Amino acid sequence: MEDSTSPKREKANQDPREAGQPWEEVTAASSQGLESGLSEPLELEQGLETGPQPRSPPQSPQSRASIPLDDLTGPGASYPPSPPQEASYTPSPPALARQDLAVPWQSDKTTSVNPEAGTPHVHHLEQSSDKGESTASHTFQSEGSTFRQSQQTKHHLYGPEDVNYNNSKQKELRFNIFQDEDSNSNYDLDYAEPGVSELAPSMLEITIQSAKAYLQKTSSKSGLNLYDHLSDMLAKVLDERPENAVDIIESISQDVKMRHFRKKLDTLQNENEMLPTYEIAEKQRALFLQGNLEGADQELEDEIAENALPNVMESAFYFEQAGVGLGTDETYRIFLALKQLTDTHPIQRCRFWGKILGLEMNYIVAEVEFREGEDEEDVEEEDVTEERDDADSEADEDDEDQLPRTFYKTPQAIPKEENRTGANKYVYFVCNEPGRPWVKLPSVTPAQIVTARKIKKFFTGRLDAPIISYPPFPGNESNYLRAQIARISAGTHVSPLGFYQFGEEEGEEEEEVEGRRDSFEENPDFEGTQVIDLVESLSNWVHHVQHILSQGRCNWFNPIQKSEEEEEEEDEEKEEEKGEEPDYTEQEVGPPLLTPISEDLEIQNIPPWTTRLSSNLIPQYAVAVLRSNLWPGAYAFSNGKKFENFYIGWGHKYSLDNYTPPALPPVYQEYPSGAEITEMDDPTVEEEQAFRAAQEAAVLSAEENEETEEDEEEDDYDQE
Amino acid sequence: MDAESLLLSLELASGSGQGLSPDRRASLLTSLLLVKRDYRYDRVLFWGRILGLVADYYIAQGLSEDQLAPRKTLYSLNCMEWSLLPPATEEMMAQTSVVKGRFMGDPSHEYEHTELQKINEGGKVFEEEVVVQIKEETRLVSIIDQIDKAVAIIPRGALFKTPFGPIHVNRTFEGLSLSEAKKLSSYFHFREPVQLKNKTLLEKADLDPSLDFMDSLEHDIPKGSWSIQMERGNALVVLRSLLWPGLTFFHAPRTKNCGYIYVGTGEKNIDLPFML
Repeated sequence: MEDSTSPKREKANQDPREAGQPWEEVTAASSQGLESGLSEPLELEQGLETGPQPRSPPQSPQSRASIPLDDLTGPGASYPPSPPQEASYTPSPPALARQDLAVPWQSDKTTSVNPEAGTPHVHHLEQSSDKGESTASHTFQSEGSTFRQSQQTKHHLYGPEDVNYNNSKQKELRFNIFQDEDSNSNYDLDYAEPGVSELAPSMLEITIQSAKAYLQKTSSKSGLNLYDHLSDMLAKVLDERPENAVDIIESISQDVKMRHFRKKLDTLQNENEMLPTYEIAEKQRALFLQGNLEGADQELEDEIAENALPNVMESAFYFEQAGVGLGTDETYRIFLALKQLTDTHPIQRCRFWGKILGLEMNYIVAEVEFREGEDEEDVEEEDVTEERDDADSEADEDDEDQLPRTFYKTPQAIPKEENRTGANKYVYFVCNEPGRPWVKLPSVTPAQIVTARKIKKFFTGRLDAPIISYPPFPGNESNYLRAQIARISAGTHVSPLGFYQFGEEEGEEEEEVEGRRDSFEENPDFEGTQVIDLVESLSNWVHHVQHILSQGRCNWFNPIQKSEEEEEEEDEEKEEEKGEEPDYTEQEVGPPLLTPISEDLEIQNIPPWTTRLSSNLIPQYAVAVLRSNLWPGAYAFSNGKKFENFYIGWGHKYSLDNYTPPALPPVYQEYPSGAEITEMDDPTVEEEQAFRAAQEAAVLSAEENEETEEDEEEDDYDQE
Repeated sequence: MDAESLLLSLELASGSGQGLSPDRRASLLTSLLLVKRDYRYDRVLFWGRILGLVADYYIAQGLSEDQLAPRKTLYSLNCMEWSLLPPATEEMMAQTSVVKGRFMGDPSHEYEHTELQKINEGGKVFEEEVVVQIKEETRLVSIIDQIDKAVAIIPRGALFKTPFGPIHVNRTFEGLSLSEAKKLSSYFHFREPVQLKNKTLLEKADLDPSLDFMDSLEHDIPKGSWSIQMERGNALVVLRSLLWPGLTFFHAPRTKNCGYIYVGTGEKNIDLPFML
């Protein structure tokens, strides 16, 4: 603290020299300024650790100080120019420049004050330039001017920065000041001696002053001034030391400006934007905490015994080997959501079916089998067959003219399959994100499947969104989703051969019409297949979901049987129409359950499945991975003993050709064209004339006949 | 996605379901470093994976200092040995536009395509069926180029243009804000601008020439060919292309993490207008 004290000493020493009240005031003022200014050199000193200060007094600063004093009425200089003999203690210059200013200041100070030290004046200046600031000399001078200014304005100019900066130091300094009254420093400060050299630097001084004043002009728009901004920027650059700072200097400048504004607007913006994040985090937190319900030991055992929940993480691990998966965290959350599902519903078995991507939101699908007898009732759908009666009742019975009746009969709606059979074997639950509530999808009807085959639409993510398409889809997005899930399951759910076997109770004879076996069970004797075998040959995999016929059902429904009954009722009215309906519709047959997938049809030379070993580098622990080419996104894996199916994708089938919407059906022949209602052409002019001529000829001939008869009669009279 | 932040990027892009298996990931981490060293690229991007019938192609791209300069594309079948692909030309595009269907997975596979060509022979002009062989490598090159031109995207502000011409990564890019992240206009196509000149003067006046020098996604045809979703609440924004299904772009708002990856069959979704 030597150096700091020395200027103070100098100051103190000056006091007796000048003496007088004004001096004291000035002293007080400048001491404050001194203190504030000193804080910077203090730091500097600690940094520099210069020894005894050089003592070559450059008279110039001081002399400079004295001369331009008068000029220094400048901005805000209200104070009468006090003798700058106080030495150019810089009141704390702006933050960044402080170091540079400090150095020259110090060098200035110490050189002037302590001529005893032998260190050349140059030393300090060198040090200052070592600081890397090329403006050292400039600041040196400007520092002088700033000192003066601040002295007069009581460091008003440098505002809060100085205060903050100096607060800690002030008391210290004050203490020191009053302590070291006696100094042995040299008081070469001969301010009253303007040297010749003063003239040239004074011009420079003036320019610098005015430049600095200009820089410190406050902008009318933003309230900042360039000086502060530049110093902030340089401080930031020096603190952060980015590479190639010159290239990004504009961005840095912008950032510094932004900093002024950030505080006020921050909290408000964050609130609104982060809300959904917090919401979903809350919901997911609930997932994690659900296990903390009053869990008695019994419940724990029950849970472990029940086993309705699949081991999702294990399957996820295997799928990850294949490069398919949602990421571990997400999968775990889904796992917990599934657990929540099984806890709230009476579920026998549950499986993570997959994820279907949508435009606005995605669907996470769980395949669920309810416990026996615990099926939830579906909402009854409207009876489509009633429409036919309406059509019939429209026929007006007029005595005179019967409006032609239409022969059109609404084709009978094929009833949907019962729950737990066929396409409705499993119930599906969906949710948009784990943590959100699960929604049950309605059962699928054959009409929906048939229409779903003809359209291709993206899912939006909202279950109640309408599907606008041709042919019009009977239902909204939840039905379409269910239909696609059914199709995907039927097409791509496979298992290794032998994993499932047919139940043994069914007799062989029942296989004919109804008895495509539709039930299977796990084979307890399954010993596993070699992974290599699974990869090499497709016949080692079988479908374990029933194929959906083109009718839309898995089990054939004969529409003729019922319609025969109805036709008997309407026989009287529509006898002639019977012949128009086909009497016999062929039964649709599909591949039976548990057919190997090697029998799957190719898509125009593309094999329907691609098999892969999950890893070529370590084949002994690899799993066999099946990828469907027909439904891109459907995967199946097996490690010999275990297997699992998964779907992740948009939910559409693959086709080589473009999608073409089906053509409109031809206009229906609603009535027979017969003579009564067929329009006839109007007769042409010639025909009319010919007709008239013919008529006239007939009349004439009739008249002639009469005349001749009369003539004959007259003749007869004459003769007698 | 940047090879340097591969693991994090894969994690963020995992919402689309298709990612990489652990052994591929490990191989990529090592091999991409070597690629960067050997070919002296400034940045190496892992572009994605094209699923073939027999094998999959793993694609990487190398960038030089200038981010918009034509990129070098490399492919590999096992994520270890990379081969450089030739740059795409117009000719290649025309040639491969007739090939349909999946990729085989074998780079030397040749597609056959019969064309009717008019052949002049001694004054007579007659048509002959010519079987043209198209190599799968050519098809690969042109598909990658098409995908890049159509759907490779980058958030606004991630690159900036210097007055001297070259385009640099913006090191002070701190990510889009949440409100910006939900708008299509904050994302640009990562290619030379095509539609920029067609903007009206009024629009151009609002642009910042150092940041807005690429086409934005707003005017993509057909409208709605991008699906923007926020995942994990608002912590991640994911854009998926519907025109080239399989391309996923992810960005964590207010952070620097962003990138895109393509995992798909390499076929354009021509049915898009019907599906929207």
